[in-house]
Order: sequence, then structure tokens, then C-alpha cells
Amino acid sequence: MTKVTMTVNGKSVSAEVEGRTLLSAFLREGLALTGTHIGCDTTQCGACTVHVDGKAVKSCAVFALDVDGADVRTIEGMANADGSLSVIQQAFQDHHGLQCGFCTPGMVMASAALLADNPKPTEAEVRHHLEGNICRCTGYHNIVKAVLAASGQDVPAVAAE
Amino acid sequence: MPKDTGIGASSKRREDVRFLSGKGLYTQDIALAGQTYAVMVRSNVAHGKIKSINTANAAAMPGVLAVFTGEDFKDVGGNPAGWLINSRDGTPMREPKRPVLAHGKVRHVGDAYAAIVAETYNQAKDAAQQLADDTEIEELPAIIDMKAAVANPANRVHDEIPDNLCFDWGWIEDNRAAVDAAFKSAPHVTTLELVNNRLVPNAMEPRASIGEYNPGTGDYKLTTTSQNPHLTRLLVAAFVLGIPENKLTVVAPDVGGGFGSKIYHYGEEALVLAAAKKLGRPVRWIAERSESFLSDAHGRDHVTKIELASTKDGEILAIRTETLANVGAYLSNFSTATPTFLHGTLMAGPYKVPHVYVNVKTVFTNTAPVDAYRGAGRPEATFSIERVVDKMCRELGLDPFEVRRKNLLTPDQFPYTTPVGLVYDTGNYQATLDKAVELGDVAGFEARRAASAAKGKLRGMGLSTWIEACGIAPSHLVGVLGSRVGLFDAATVRVNATGNISVMTGAHSHGQGHETVFAQIVADKLGIDESAVDIVHGDTSKIPFGMGSYGSRSLAVCGSAMNKAVDKIIAKGKKIAAHMLEAAEGDIVFEAGKFSVAGTDKAKTFGEIAFSAYVPHNYPLETLEPGLEETAFYDPANFTYPAGAYICEVEVDPETGKVDIASFTCADDFGNVMNPMIVEGQVHGGVGQGIGQALLENTVYDENGQILTASFMDYAMPRADDVPFYTVDHSCATPCTHNPLGVKGCGEAGAIGSPPAVVNAVIDALHRGGHTHVTHIDMPVSPARVWAAING
Repeated sequence: MTKVTMTVNGKSVSAEVEGRTLLSAFLREGLALTGTHIGCDTTQCGACTVHVDGKAVKSCAVFALDVDGADVRTIEGMANADGSLSVIQQAFQDHHGLQCGFCTPGMVMASAALLADNPKPTEAEVRHHLEGNICRCTGYHNIVKAVLAASGQDVPAVAAE
Repeated sequence: MPKDTGIGASSKRREDVRFLSGKGLYTQDIALAGQTYAVMVRSNVAHGKIKSINTANAAAMPGVLAVFTGEDFKDVGGNPAGWLINSRDGTPMREPKRPVLAHGKVRHVGDAYAAIVAETYNQAKDAAQQLADDTEIEELPAIIDMKAAVANPANRVHDEIPDNLCFDWGWIEDNRAAVDAAFKSAPHVTTLELVNNRLVPNAMEPRASIGEYNPGTGDYKLTTTSQNPHLTRLLVAAFVLGIPENKLTVVAPDVGGGFGSKIYHYGEEALVLAAAKKLGRPVRWIAERSESFLSDAHGRDHVTKIELASTKDGEILAIRTETLANVGAYLSNFSTATPTFLHGTLMAGPYKVPHVYVNVKTVFTNTAPVDAYRGAGRPEATFSIERVVDKMCRELGLDPFEVRRKNLLTPDQFPYTTPVGLVYDTGNYQATLDKAVELGDVAGFEARRAASAAKGKLRGMGLSTWIEACGIAPSHLVGVLGSRVGLFDAATVRVNATGNISVMTGAHSHGQGHETVFAQIVADKLGIDESAVDIVHGDTSKIPFGMGSYGSRSLAVCGSAMNKAVDKIIAKGKKIAAHMLEAAEGDIVFEAGKFSVAGTDKAKTFGEIAFSAYVPHNYPLETLEPGLEETAFYDPANFTYPAGAYICEVEVDPETGKVDIASFTCADDFGNVMNPMIVEGQVHGGVGQGIGQALLENTVYDENGQILTASFMDYAMPRADDVPFYTVDHSCATPCTHNPLGVKGCGEAGAIGSPPAVVNAVIDALHRGGHTHVTHIDMPVSPARVWAAING
């Protein structure tokens, strides 16, 4: 067991973990942050996407020890300070960008990372960026709309209803 | 003007807030004090005799609490098929036992023959590997190909079933002679052999189950990823473990998608309950994705020969099909209904066809069980019909739009009794076709084709006019057809003393948004605010006995039950109001949340009536019970028949064979629409899955029965950059004539109507590009297949 320390959603946390403990397991089982979901075992589905030092990372593909000292943000840390939904979360609700909700935390985290890097992405850029996050419910239509809307772009101009 | 609240409004989904905040509670998110971890030990061969299992080493490993094998469950019941289908000679289908854990033989890769329960997941996993090492399985020849399975009686998936056939079904046998005669005299016959590719549903949340047992009361609790907790309870209690139904609670909390795969009861559910009883501790089992590929019920997997008899100008005279349908190694709960009554009964499509005959042989193979997946039988029927109609148009040089117009039923022909046993109540298929032509800008196609050609791409347009039967289903009818259950549904509407409402529904939401839509309906009918209505679902200890959500039935059946219960509330409210207002009951009208005496300003609000029901100081106690809570059961009079027209445009790269979806247009008739935003989202999702089937997805077993596509690295799920924005419309509505909301169901439409539109578009593109020798390409229409077809 080795001690790991990181900041998660603005709070410093420390714990003794096994070397094989994945970041996803550390968040879900160690910190009870179960919004980060496990949808596959091959790093393909993206449901476990979190931010590590501002970058989107699939938390099932890194060990907890690998992010020692890092600043980690999960879906639980995405709301505004007053608890209201952030712009990207609100856009997903406004545009019906989720159905069963299982892939949603990963989609929101991946989308937020895109907009941080590229505040006005094109439709093609959004689709390309989300290629590592699988949704089985929405056919992606409203997810792409939500991300474009969250970027402040005129959604009806780019997306058929 | 669009409404902003109630029926017909695009109310935002209330469930989204928890899902967007990471506060959803899926089975895998639940942690219980003292919980233990189950890991299944699965066969790595497709077919084998279990010679020995030595559990001693595994049982002695650190943290291991229990080891289970098939021996532990050999005396309990099997997991049954829900429908008993007879062969055309009248003999009953063959139903081999489907045990909790395989006993004696393993019959597919992934067939679980043992389970380990340990203190930690890793300990259970390590012991499972040890047990696999200590198990001797004599490998037997794998039976994978359906044609070979039927042809070679020496190799048997089940020793007692010599030809690997579950049944040989004819629909309708009495039609056969007339159909054959129609073919004999037909001016033109089009024949098409096709494969409806095997799919893995792949809901994003893998299956998971947690068993609990209370030794003090003898009560069991199963928390599980289910679309229908009452059906799961019935199967576990009455068929498999023999637990009294009233001692088992089944809870399906937030469920991350289902698409059919979570309708069924699976052995892991029984295993965690039995293990929880043995250990006196909660037992959790969470599937890895690879286990989902190996052990979830798969979908489709038909091999079909369809023949269409027509006149030279495209009037359809008769349809005849022969299908081999794979049921895998065991019969999953709906597996015998899916290729029969959800497939053969739709084989007339939306057309006026005088003669139809369908033959389906269901075949056991050494593969995972196959069952209903979004659309369930109806996509298979639609694909066969819409592909063969398109082929007929090409053979005769006819316009596919005009041929469909010629054959579509017209509004004056409803109700219409098809030759395959259904009565379509209402529809306007010309209207949806016209709408699709308009929205898809068919008139502008030539310009788009020329623009594509300038880029070196072949552009094609494909059409599909589809119909389905859903709102499953009238109990008396399904009883005649072989169902072992009824398919009514139920709801309880509980008005609380302070006027807010809890609705307990038999429907289960795993993405459909019932918590929002059902509240819209109740609030609208009662004239109260949507926020005053809560929808409770998924817990057998809270909800009345309902049959859950599948077959696009939630609104049409469960919603109708809820509507009926609300009507009972209003009727009782009128009695209370009549007493309070000192008027005759017949003079009370209920409107906009107020009970008033007709023609006067005397009125009581809904809240006042509710309060009076629970504080009955001024109340007709001698004739009326206090309280305001009503339960209703609703059994539909007929199926519902959504229908529509889909147009797909593709661009094909002739150099690589890659197909891009350029546009996709849907004009649907779902009857009345309760929440347009949600309905459109359902269509988007269905079309996304249909495009996945048409272009990307395929489940491949090799000749030894090893599944080659058992991860997201090998099985091509549609991703955001594989699909376009879709154009969807539901304005051509003909309300259902036999349910109170006039609704038809929208959940499966997209997956039913879209695959043939895509494939028809690809064939069209190739023909326009001069590759007229290509008459069909099986799904998935991958670059390799298209390239081979072009160059073949």
C-alpha cells in the first residue's frame, strides 16, 4: 500500500492504495463519487472520463498513484458554486442531450474539456472530439447540439430539429 | 403555439438534474454494509461436457466465502421461455431447461458453470481463475452455423433435440395454398436472400445484480438492472428458486439503458439471491463489458429468403418468406415470440397485400441466447419487405416512391385486417410519405448527386415505408398465441392530503423520461402543477403488478392505466365536491383543477377536495370511503400501429467502399405526442442504432464458437462522427383509436425503419454509379463489403 494525495473537486484527499488501484476505483469506492461510471473494460466507452489537471482522462486507464499531486475534477464537481447546473450541464438538459444518463457524466466531462481548449468548435470538431465516448440512447444528435449550444453558438443554424 | 406545460409540451426532464450531477443511483453505485462480491466462472469453449470441477483449491483461497456450481442448482427450476409456440404440424416447441448454472454440459462461450463469492472483487476474480484451472471440460464439436445445425442431426446442442430445431412455425398455415397459387400465376417474382445481422444490445450500463436476505423475516431483496421488476420477481420466485412471491422484493433503480436486453431474467439474479441466503450477507455481481458480450441476450440473427409476387407495374400480389432464426444455446424469455408473433405478423408491411405466408424455423446453436432487441422481430420484417420491394422496383424499372404509393393502404381502408392476423386501426401512410419527400427535399436530390459526383463520390437515396405493432399487448390475444403471461399494466394514483401526488406505475424508465412525461399527463388532467406530481417506478414493494417497459408499451399501456386511475380520482372528487357544494353529482364539472357546480361560481379546488378526503369532517362518509387513491389495471384492446416513411441519403466512396450518411429524414405517425422533445430523442436514438446495424455492427462467432467481437475494440458501436443530424417529424398524426391518450409508441420506430433505408440508399448509389450488377449487400454494409461488391 502506498500513500496517494490529490485534490478532488477542490478538496485535498489522501489515502493508502494498492499499486493496482485504478483512479476510477479510487473515486468510486474510496471517495464514494459514483457519478464516474464504469461502462467497459477496454478504455473505449468514456463513461469514466474525468479531468486531471484540466485534461479529459479516462479514469479506468490510469492508476490512482499515477495522478499523485494532481488536480482531479469529476462530474460531482461540475456544478456552479451555488449548486446550480453549469453552462454545459444546463445545455445537456435544455437540449435533451441525455436519456438513460449512464454515459452522461463522461460526455459532460469530455465536452467541457473540448470547450476549454476550443471555445467555438464546429459540428465536425464536436463529433470528432466525442469519438471516444459512446452513447447508446441519443444517436448523438442532441449531445452535439448541447455542446454547440454551450459554446454560445446558434444551434438552429447548424442542427436540423 | 407549442404548449409550455402539460400534455404536448416539451417539458425539460426532471431526472436530468440528478444524472447531470453524478447523483444517479445505478445498481453498480450501491454499496451495502457487509457486501460480498460474486464472480461468474464462464466456459471458454462453445460446447463441452463438464467432466469434473474441483472446488477445493478455489474454496481455500484468501477471502473466498462460497463456491457454487451447477450441482447446487440442479434441483431448482429453469429459467423459462415466456411463449409456447407450436410447429406447423401442431407439435409443441422444444424447451430445454435453462439452469442457473450450467450442469453437465456448457453450451456457449460465456455459459456460466460456477460462481465464486469472496470478500473482495479481486479475491473472487483470482479464485474464479483457479476454479477454471481446476475444471475439466471435454470439448465437443461446436454448432454455430444455422444451416449446418439443421442439416446435421449428429451434433446436438441439447442431447434430446435431434435436429436442433426449437420449432418450425408457419403463419398462417391456412394461407399457404393461396400464396403458392398467387406465385404460380404472378407476372413477376422477385427473390432476395438476406442476413439480418446479429447484434449485441450494449446498453451502456452493464448488467448488475445485488442479492440480500433477511434471516429474521425470510425476506429476499434483489436490486437489478431490469426493465420489468415484477416480471423478474415472477420468474425468480415462481419458476426458478421457488421463493414465495411475497417474500421477494425486486428493485430496478436507475437503469442505464436496456433496449430489450434487460427485459429478461438471467441466472446471475438467482445466484446472488441464493448466495445472500447462504452467507447472510449482501452479494453483488457487476458484469464486465466482456461478460455483456458473452452473456447478454443478443438480437436479430435471421437468415431469410423472401419472395415477392407482383404485376409488371409493381402491384404487390403476394409475399412468401422462409427464415432461420437463431435462438442460441437456451431459450431466453421472449426468444420464441420475437421471430414469430413480432415478426411474421408484420410481414404485410403497410401495404395492401392479398396473400402472405411466413415460415420460421428457430435453431439452437452454441452461441449466446438471442432475444428481443429494440424493435424485436419488426426490424427483421421491415428489412426483408423494404429490401425486396426495392429490388422489385429495380428489376422492373419502376420508381420506388411510386410503387410504394401504389401499394400503401389508404386512409379509407382502416380498420384493415391483414392476411397475417393483425387489425390496423388507423393510419395515413401517404401523408408520412409526402412529408418525408418534402422534408428530405427529394426534388433537390439530383443537384446534390451532381455535387457529390464532382467530389468523386456516389450519392444515393433510399426509402423505407414501415409499420410496426407495439403497445404490447392484448392479453386474450397473446394467450391464444402462446404467451404464458398477460400483458396488461397497472398504476396507482395516490393523492396526498396536501394535494400533491405520487403515481406508482408498472412502467420502468431506463432512459425514456417517464418521470417527466407521466407527470405532465397527470398534471394536465388534474389542472395542477407538474412539480406536484412524482412518478414512482421500479420497486415491487411500492408499485402495483405491472409488466414493465419494452415493445413501446410504456405510454400506450402503462400510461393508459395511469390515465384510467386519474379518471377514477376525478370521479371520486366529483362525489366529494357534490357533498361539499350541496349539489347533485351530475351537476359537478371538473375543469382546470376546479370542481364546480355547472352554471354557478360555486367551486372547490382540487387541493380542497384532496384535503377533505383525508380530513373528512364535511364528507359523505355513509356512502363514500375517505382517502383519495385509486388503482387501475388496463388491458389494451389491440396493438398500436405506428408507421412512417424514412429517407436516407448516402455518399459512397467508390475507391474505398466507405459509406457516409449524408442525411436522414423521418416522418412518423405516433398518434398523439405527449412530449415532442422526448419523442424526437427516441427517434434519434433508434435511427442511430439502425445506422449502426446497417453500417457498423456485427457479432461474429468463428467456426469453433469463439466470439470474435467481444469488446468495444472489436464490435463497432456507432460513434458521434458516424452519424449526421437527423430531420424528424411527427406531425402526420392519426391518433390511436383504442386507448384514451390516442398514443401509439415511439421507442422502437427509428431502429425498425432505418436499416432498409440505409441499405436501399447504398444500392441506389452504386446503381447510379454504374455498378448495376450489385443487387444486395448484407449488413453491416462495411467498406470491405461495398468495395467487394463494386469490384466483384
